Amino acid sequence: MSRPLRSFIKPQFIALALILLLNWILFPGFFNLFFRDGRLYGSLIDVLNRGAPVAILAIGMTAVIATRGIDLSVGAVMAIAGAVAATMVGDGHPLFLVIMAALAAGLVCGLWNGSLVALLGLQPIIATLILMVAGRGIAQTITEGFIVTFNDPGLIFMGSGSILGLPTPIIIMVTLAALATAAFRLTALGLFVEAIGVNRSASTYAGLRSRALLIGVYTFAGFCAAISGIIAAADIRGADANNVGLWLELDAILAVVIGGTSLMGGRFSIPMSVVGALIIQAMNTGILVSGFPPEFNLLVKAALIIVILVVQSPLAGRIWYFIAPSRKRPPPSSPAETPATSTEGTLK
Amino acid sequence: MPEPVLSAAHIDKSFLDNKVLDDVGIDLMPGEIHALLGENGAGKSTLIKILTGAYTHDAGTILLDGKPVHPRDTKHAQEMGVGTVYQEVNLLPNMTVAENLYIGRQPLKFGLVDNRKMERDARALLSRYQLNVDVGSQLDTYSVAVQQIVAIARAVDISGKVLILDEPTASLDQHEVEVLFGILQRLKADGLAIVFITHFLDQVYEIADRATVLRNGRRVGSRAMADLPRMDLVTMMLGHAIADTHALRIGGGRQPGGLFASFKDYALAGKAAPFDLDLHEGEIVGVAGLLGSGRTEMARLLFGIDRPDSGELTVKGKPCKLREPRDAIALGFGFAPEDRKVDGILGDLTVRENIAIALQARQGWTRPLSQKAQVDLADRFVRALDIRTTGIEQPVKFLSGGNQQKVVLARWLATNPKLLILDEPTRGIDVGAHAEIIRMINSLCDQGMSLLVISSELDEIVAYSSRVLVLRDRAISGELRGAHISVGAIVKMIAMQPEVQDA
Amino acid sequence: MKLLNLLALSVSALTVMGSGAMAQSGLEGMTIGFSQIGSESGWRAAETSVTRQQAEEWGVNLQFSDAQQRQENQIRAIRSFIAQDVDAILLAPVVATGWEEVLSEAKDAEIPVVLLDRGIEGPEDLYLTSVASDQVLEGRVAGEWLVDAVAGEDCRVVELQGTVGSSPAINRKQGFEEAIAGADNIEIVRSQTGDFTRAQGKQVMEGFLRAENGGADICALYAHNDDMAVGAIQAISEAGLTPGEDILVVSIDAVPDIFTAIAAGEANATVELTPNMAGPAFEALAAYLNDGVEPEKFIITESRLYTAEDDPEGEAERRRGLGY
Repeated sequence: MSRPLRSFIKPQFIALALILLLNWILFPGFFNLFFRDGRLYGSLIDVLNRGAPVAILAIGMTAVIATRGIDLSVGAVMAIAGAVAATMVGDGHPLFLVIMAALAAGLVCGLWNGSLVALLGLQPIIATLILMVAGRGIAQTITEGFIVTFNDPGLIFMGSGSILGLPTPIIIMVTLAALATAAFRLTALGLFVEAIGVNRSASTYAGLRSRALLIGVYTFAGFCAAISGIIAAADIRGADANNVGLWLELDAILAVVIGGTSLMGGRFSIPMSVVGALIIQAMNTGILVSGFPPEFNLLVKAALIIVILVVQSPLAGRIWYFIAPSRKRPPPSSPAETPATSTEGTLK
Repeated sequence: MPEPVLSAAHIDKSFLDNKVLDDVGIDLMPGEIHALLGENGAGKSTLIKILTGAYTHDAGTILLDGKPVHPRDTKHAQEMGVGTVYQEVNLLPNMTVAENLYIGRQPLKFGLVDNRKMERDARALLSRYQLNVDVGSQLDTYSVAVQQIVAIARAVDISGKVLILDEPTASLDQHEVEVLFGILQRLKADGLAIVFITHFLDQVYEIADRATVLRNGRRVGSRAMADLPRMDLVTMMLGHAIADTHALRIGGGRQPGGLFASFKDYALAGKAAPFDLDLHEGEIVGVAGLLGSGRTEMARLLFGIDRPDSGELTVKGKPCKLREPRDAIALGFGFAPEDRKVDGILGDLTVRENIAIALQARQGWTRPLSQKAQVDLADRFVRALDIRTTGIEQPVKFLSGGNQQKVVLARWLATNPKLLILDEPTRGIDVGAHAEIIRMINSLCDQGMSLLVISSELDEIVAYSSRVLVLRDRAISGELRGAHISVGAIVKMIAMQPEVQDA
Repeated sequence: MKLLNLLALSVSALTVMGSGAMAQSGLEGMTIGFSQIGSESGWRAAETSVTRQQAEEWGVNLQFSDAQQRQENQIRAIRSFIAQDVDAILLAPVVATGWEEVLSEAKDAEIPVVLLDRGIEGPEDLYLTSVASDQVLEGRVAGEWLVDAVAGEDCRVVELQGTVGSSPAINRKQGFEEAIAGADNIEIVRSQTGDFTRAQGKQVMEGFLRAENGGADICALYAHNDDMAVGAIQAISEAGLTPGEDILVVSIDAVPDIFTAIAAGEANATVELTPNMAGPAFEALAAYLNDGVEPEKFIITESRLYTAEDDPEGEAERRRGLGY
C-alpha cells in the first residue's frame, strides 16, 4: 500500500464511516443536504456544527495531553467566557471588545492552570480540578445567577450565522484546527511539546523551556475553551453558567483519546482529535435522529465508545498486524509502532 | 578459630541473561563487624538480598551455624536469625515506637494486643541501647538516628545472630554516627555478627574488623582491616594494580588553549563544597572519585540544573549566570547525564528527533530545522558514530544502551558545543562502543572543545585526561596534571587519610 | 389595545398585591423561620423573593436561612429556629430523607413545620402540611391546552423531556399523555431528553426537525421546561420555520424568557410552576395558629396556564423583578 493511502486508513476514519453508515440505516435522510437562505442544512452539517465546540476544546486538550497533562477545567472556562461575552454585550460594549474580553478571560484561566502545573508542580488533574469546580462559580458570579440573554446580531453570528454557506462554528473549527496544526507542525513547537510529554527531565536537559511550554499549552487550552464558550453562548443567545460546557471536558478528553493521542503524553495529532470529536457528535446526532427512547442514549454511546477504543487498542493493532497481509513494518513490539496509534503521517 | 555463624559460598545470581553475582562468598564470624564494600553495581545489594531471603540464589550454599538454609523470604530469614536495617528505615512512621518494635508479634491478652506489656517490654528493650524515648509516641516524632536505633533494636530482638546494616550512616551527623558505633560495639561484644555497608572508607577503618570487597559481581577478597592499607583497599574496589602507570595516554600531550570557563567558589549546601574550576579550550578534564563523592552533583551545578548557593561563573571573561540548562546551552555547554533513560533520551521520539532536539531548542521554536536538515544531521551522526539503528525514524527506545548513549552524544555534538560534560559516558556500554566513544572524545578536543568527563573507570580517565580532579566527600581533594596522571596516583588520592581535625 | 393591556396589567397587579395587604391577617408580629435550599436556579431565587414579599404582606418577621444545598445546614438552621422559639418553620428540604430527628424536636417544641415545594419521606405527623405543585397536573394543563388549540385537527407532537429519570420529567410526561389520551388526532411522534437546558433543547430540536422532514411534519412542541423550549424555538426559526405558527410551542415553568417569546408570538403557552409557595403556607398557618384548623396534608398550588392573552410582556417584566 502506498503511504498516503495507508495513512488514510486509520481506525478513526473507519469508525466515523461506520457510525455515519449506521445513522443512514436508522434514518435514511441522514445524508440529505439542502441549501436555503444562503446556508447548507442537513444532518451531516449538524454533526459538524454541533461537534464544533467539543472539537475546539479537543484542539487545546490535545496539546495539553501531549505534555502528559490534562485539563479538567475547559467546561468551566467555557462558562466563564460565555458569561463575560453575554454580560458585556448586554452592557452595550462593541462586539470586538466583547470577543477580546471573553478570549482574554480564557487566556487568564489557562495561564492560571499552567502556572499551577509548571511553577507549583501540582499534578495537572488536581491543578485543573480547582478551576473546574471554582470556574462555574465565577461564571455564576459574573451572570449573577441569571441566564443572561442577548440579541446582538454580531455575537449571535458566532453561533448561528453562516459563512460561505456553512455555519460559523464549522468555519471557526476548521480555521482553528488548521492554524493550530500549522503552528505546531510548521514550527518546532510540536516537537517540543512531544518531547516534554515523553520525558520532561530530558527535555529540560536538552535546553527546552519546559515550564514556559507547559504554561503555553494550558493557556492555549484556555483560549480554545473561550472560543468554544463564545460559540455555545452565541448559539442559545444567552450565557447559561450552570449548564454550558457541563461535562464537555470529558467529551474533549475522549475525543483526544479516540484521535489516538496517548494520555501518557508524546505523539499527538490535532486533526485526528477533531475527527475524534466528530465521531462522538456523529453518535449523538445519530441517537437524536434515530428515535430511540432517551433511556438508551448513554448505553448506546458507551457501547460504541468501547468498540472504538478496543479497535484502536495496541492489542488490536498487533492482531491487525498479523492478519493484514504484506505490511512491511518493524516488529510490533510497541504500541507506538502499531498502525493504530502511529501519527507519523501527520508529522510529515 | 570459631566457626562462622553465617557462611555463604559460590553464590551465583542472574537476572535474565545478566549475571550479577558470580561465585561470590562471605563468612561472618560471631562478634565481628564486617564491612561489605564495592562500587555501584558491584553486587552488594544483590548479595544482601540473597542472604536475607528477598532474592533466591541460582547456585551456591548458605550455611547458618553450619547447617544449610534456604530463606524463603525476609520474614523467614529473620526468624532464622538474619535481620536487616536499610538506609531508608523500613518502619511505620505513624505508629508508636512500641508498636514498631513489636508489630507482627504483639503480646496478646484475651486475644487483644496487651499495650501495657508491649510498652513495658519496649522500654526494657530500648534501655539496653541507652535510648530514653517515650515508647508510646509516634515514631516520626524522633530523628532518623533514633528511628534507626529502634529498627536495629527490633532486628536484633527478632533475629539475634546476624545484623545487616545497609548504609546506616548516610543520613547521620558526626555525633549520631558515634552513638551508632557505640551501639555496634556493644552488639559485637554480645557476639552478634554485623555486616556494615558504606561508602565512607574512614568509617570502615574506624569500626570494621574485616572487609569483603566485591567488584563487577565477583569477590575480590576478604581481608582483616588491620593489615589492609587504604591504598590496597581502594585498589581492590576499583580493580587496578597500583603499578599500572603505563596505561595508554592520549590526552597527556595536548596543550590546552585559552581559558574558556571559570567557576569560582561554586557551592551548594549538602551537595558540593565550595570549589574553583577553570576549563580551557581543547582541554580534557577527568573527574574521579568514589560513588557519593559528589561527582554528579558537581556536573549538575556546572550545567545549571541545580543553582549554586554561591559562586561566580565567567565564560571567556564575561560574568554569566546559570539559572537553567538553557542558559548553559546558550553559552555552548552540553551535558550527557549519567542516567540515560531518566534524563537523556526521549524514548518515544525517533533517532532523528533525539539528535535534532538540542540544536532545535537552541534555535528556538520559531526557526524549525527543515525535515531535510534534520535527516541530514541524523544521517551524518548515525554514520560518524556508527549508531546501530534500523533507520533514523526508529524510536530511540528500541536502541541498545550504547547506541542510545551515542544518540545523546550526537545530540550535543550537533550543537557544536564549546564545553561538553559527560557523566559516565561508557557505563553499561559494550567494549566495542566503549572504544569508539573514547576515540571520539579525543578527536573532539582536537577541534578546541573543552571536555569534562566523569567516570568511575580510572583507566579511561587516565587515557584521555589532560588534567584529573579527584573528589572526596563532595569537595575537590586534589588535582593531577600531565605526566603525574596515573591510576596509582588517583587511587592514592582517593584513599588519602583525611586531615586530622580537632573535633 | 396597548393601553388596555397596560390597564389590565395594573389591575391584575393590584389584585395580586392589594388583596394580600388587605385580607391577609392573622400572623402579624409572628416570627417564622424559613430554611431555603439555596439559589441554584432562577425559580429558586424567585421563590425566595416571593416568600419575603409574602412575609411582608402578612406582617411576618421572616428568619431566612440559605442552606447552600446542604442538609446539615438545614438541620442546624431548624435547631436554631427551635432555640429561638419561632412561631412556625417553613422548610424547602434539599433531600427527602433524614428529617425524623430534627422534625421531632420541632414537634416536641410545638412548632408547626410547613414543607415547601418538595416532600420528605417519613411519618406525616412530623409536619403540619406540605405545599407543592402537582407536576402531573402541570403536564395535564399543557396537554389540555394543546387539545383545545388544535381543535380536532391532526397534530404530530415532539416532546423535549427533562433529565432522564428525574421526577418532573416522569410526571410532566405522564400528565401530558393523560391529557391527550382522549384525543386521537394528537400523537407524540418523537421524544428525547434535552436535560432541561437551552443548549440541549436546541440541539435535540434540530435533530427532530431533520428527522421530521425539515419540521414540516411537526405540528407542536411540548417541552418539560421553558428553557428547553427557548432553545428549541431558536432551532425552529433557524430551520426557516416560524415558531408559534408553523410549530406550536407549549412548555412549563413560566420563566421570564418564555413570556418574551410568547409576546413575540414564538411560543404559545406556558404552565406556571408558581414561586409563591409561601402564600398558601401562611394561609394554612394563620388558620391553624389562630383557630386551630388542621389544614389538608398536601396543599397543591395552582398550575396556571399563561398564553398571549395574559399580558406576556408585563409578566416577563414582573418576573424578572423576582430574580428569575
